[in-house]
Amino acid sequence: MSVVVRTIARLLLPWVLAFGGYVIMHGHLTPGGGFQGGAVVASAVALVVIAFGAEGLKGQKNLFSFLEDLGAIAFVALAFLGIGSTFFRNVLAGGGGLFGTPVPFGPNPGWLNTGGTLPLMNWAVGLKVLAGLGSVVLLLALFGGKEDG
Amino acid sequence: MTLWTVLHILTLLGVLAGAAVAVWLKDLLAAVIALAASSLLLSLAFYLLQAPDVAIAEAGIGAALTTAIYVLAIRKTRRREEG
Repeated sequence: MSVVVRTIARLLLPWVLAFGGYVIMHGHLTPGGGFQGGAVVASAVALVVIAFGAEGLKGQKNLFSFLEDLGAIAFVALAFLGIGSTFFRNVLAGGGGLFGTPVPFGPNPGWLNTGGTLPLMNWAVGLKVLAGLGSVVLLLALFGGKEDG
Repeated sequence: MTLWTVLHILTLLGVLAGAAVAVWLKDLLAAVIALAASSLLLSLAFYLLQAPDVAIAEAGIGAALTTAIYVLAIRKTRRREEG
């Protein structure tokens, strides 16, 4: 692509990635979550593919595949954490540890360190969505079309 | 009419106009850009309807990812529509 597109992409990329990470991280507090944030990060991958070409990301196909598998396995593993009582039981909520701060009743400014397994599941879903949609764009750019028949 | 109603009607008219322009244009790259603008305005309409969750998904998938996929597909094939 042209110099204009490449310069704008270079300027925008960190902000798009930061916004995607923010949407995933605050999935249990604000609108959005794993799917939306993953789609935003995948659009950053699409931006790189459009602006700089897919050749530089050619070696990352296995990394995307691995991240997608990791997201799916992490989601199911987090669901199995609560198998002692029920599948998907939120074992970390209110426990005081990671994401375990108890939330008092009533309105609050939105505390990040709450939610139990939900933020971790948001990260798992976000990882799966960004790797899945990113690899769709990457593979479409790498293969097919009239170049290789 | 309140400001909200005016904004909402303008947004929906913009969505319709973008979709109509995307059908009418023969240059496929320009049509894809019109479709992206239509999708972005649709995400604004979702935001005006108090659905920020859907608005983020629409902006990410509709305006960014499908546009990227269409641009890649046009790069692999022809830019002009035939006939």
